[in-house]
Amino acid sequence: MSTIQLGGAPADAPPKPTFPWLIVPPAATLILLFGVPLALVFAVSFASRGTYGGIEWAFTLGNYTSIADPLYLRIFWRSLWLAVLTTVICLLMGFPLAYVIARAPTRWQGILLFLVIIPFWTNFLVRTYAWMFILRSEGLLSTVLSALGLTHEPLPLLFTDAAVLIGLVYGYLPFMVLPLYAALERLDPSLIEAAWDLYARPFQVFTRVVLPLSKPGVIAGCVLVFIPSLGAYVTPDLLGGARSMMIGNLIQHQYLVVRDWPFGSALSFVLMAGVLAAVLYYLRAGGARSL
Amino acid sequence: MDEASTDASIVMREVTKRHGDTLAVDRLSLTIRKGEFFAILGPSGSGKTTTLRLLAGFEQPDAGEIIIEGQPMQGVPPNRRPVNLVFQNYALFPHMTVAQNVAFGLEMKGLQAAEIGPRVAEALEMVRLAGKQDRLPSQLSGGEQQRVALARALVNHPAVLLLDEPLGALDKQLRLEMEVELKALQERVGITFVCVTHDQEEALTMSDRLAVMHHGRLLQVGTPEEIYTAPASAFVASFIGVSNSLPGRVQAIEGQRATVAVEGIGLVHAPACTGLRAGTPVLVTIRPERLHLSRDPATDGYQNQIAVRVAKAIYSGNEMHYLVTLPNNLTWKARVPNADGTAKRFHAGESAYLKWRTTEAVLLPE
Repeated sequence: MSTIQLGGAPADAPPKPTFPWLIVPPAATLILLFGVPLALVFAVSFASRGTYGGIEWAFTLGNYTSIADPLYLRIFWRSLWLAVLTTVICLLMGFPLAYVIARAPTRWQGILLFLVIIPFWTNFLVRTYAWMFILRSEGLLSTVLSALGLTHEPLPLLFTDAAVLIGLVYGYLPFMVLPLYAALERLDPSLIEAAWDLYARPFQVFTRVVLPLSKPGVIAGCVLVFIPSLGAYVTPDLLGGARSMMIGNLIQHQYLVVRDWPFGSALSFVLMAGVLAAVLYYLRAGGARSL
Repeated sequence: MDEASTDASIVMREVTKRHGDTLAVDRLSLTIRKGEFFAILGPSGSGKTTTLRLLAGFEQPDAGEIIIEGQPMQGVPPNRRPVNLVFQNYALFPHMTVAQNVAFGLEMKGLQAAEIGPRVAEALEMVRLAGKQDRLPSQLSGGEQQRVALARALVNHPAVLLLDEPLGALDKQLRLEMEVELKALQERVGITFVCVTHDQEEALTMSDRLAVMHHGRLLQVGTPEEIYTAPASAFVASFIGVSNSLPGRVQAIEGQRATVAVEGIGLVHAPACTGLRAGTPVLVTIRPERLHLSRDPATDGYQNQIAVRVAKAIYSGNEMHYLVTLPNNLTWKARVPNADGTAKRFHAGESAYLKWRTTEAVLLPE
């Protein structure tokens, strides 16, 4: 074997050094800390709830069939459209921002990217509490708007779907901006000039050249925003309250309040399957080759 | 200048463009005729690329006027100008096939698919790329990418084709072939070509006329022969490949011939140019390939002769390149054909006589 390799290897292509054992620590970590608990949750999803909230190992599909209840379907539906809306708004807001950063002078790019990730320096929970202060009826937003004479009565924003949407967009916008920036920064400016020179109007330059060439960034950004939005828990809990529940809150409710672990596990797996299906469909439709 | 406008493709009047504190283009006035291959030659930072971008419409002049095909270009964006640019790095759209790249301009103009197809095929035929229409740019060689860029511009039948260092990214062999091919292509399509380059050989080979730029200013405009044989300034002379010069003062002028006194050397002769008087400081310049090197002090038909020492002898295939030291310690280059065999070669340290005919020298005002 080794003699064949020695004789057959082209002189100008030395074998690349590979260190296969380097994947052992992360693989072990993933199997122990992710694979095992996931398998447990999967097993529990087919068990039954005990009388006092424990787990009874009696096989049943009942946890999955009871998800079809309109009450739960409505929560799934709300989660889905809130996640889709969050993704779309993040894309619409993030694209111009990423474009401006990518086209800024090099020394400005670092500063602007730094500003984008500054929110990560503060705990997400704390920042969400801050949004409660901004959004509540006598809060900052309401006060400012009435001081400007735009509204005349307190704005009941907190504990609505709109509040959840604001919180989700706020929380996940950087996850959209960073991959978009990475894609746009690589875009050769002379391609934009070439399209312009070849009679394309600014809008056509965008749709025919800028957008197709930044597709990998759009796909990555959308996946990175959509997945955590769909499973969001803290934001809808604090800003949506009981009226604007999402799947994450429902799962938490089943585990900690109702103490129905098997049903909570089934919900988790349906959510995971849904995310997987949505992302696979999206990647196929969007051309995963360009990733 | 206006009487020329009937056959003028491009007229630039007093065009000025600033980039921050630097004058990228400084009061440039230039007329480019319809159907000519015009080269703009200059070192990097000379403003030649800015001039091209002003013509393409990517930049607007701070002052002055640009007229293309009789139309003032003030405020006209690139997509509404009758010009197309071949970019230095070709700027082919990487996500489109060769055919889609070439069809782009026609599509943006709103032509029907039935009309676009044949015109794309014709353009690809013209640059000898028929059969490669379904490849992606990344699957093509550098030379092929360059020809796609040409087809993508020419398919639109622009009034003017702008080329930014079109051969800069190609290796030497391919560059020489493309010089000939570009020139032939330009003659065939009859479109005005404006080509920016820093390579004097490229500019001389391809162009009908050329302009030499330096520090944002136009130094000289003329045919390759005019520029080559009669450079108007020391910069043009050195940029066009004349590296030998002697500073001196005019001593006498007799008809077509000026006699120049050079300190440390004596008297040399050169053809007189206009505006010379006795006492005028001048540069006597001469090309390395016009010099003759001999061991024999006899003048044998050369009117100028200086005793020199060979500092360096470099074998370069068909020629010997010599660096010789003059009595006033200036170093000159001489290029001598190798046809005469090894016996006549000089070696470093040897004494020799440098000779040239008066008509081969050029006098430049200093």
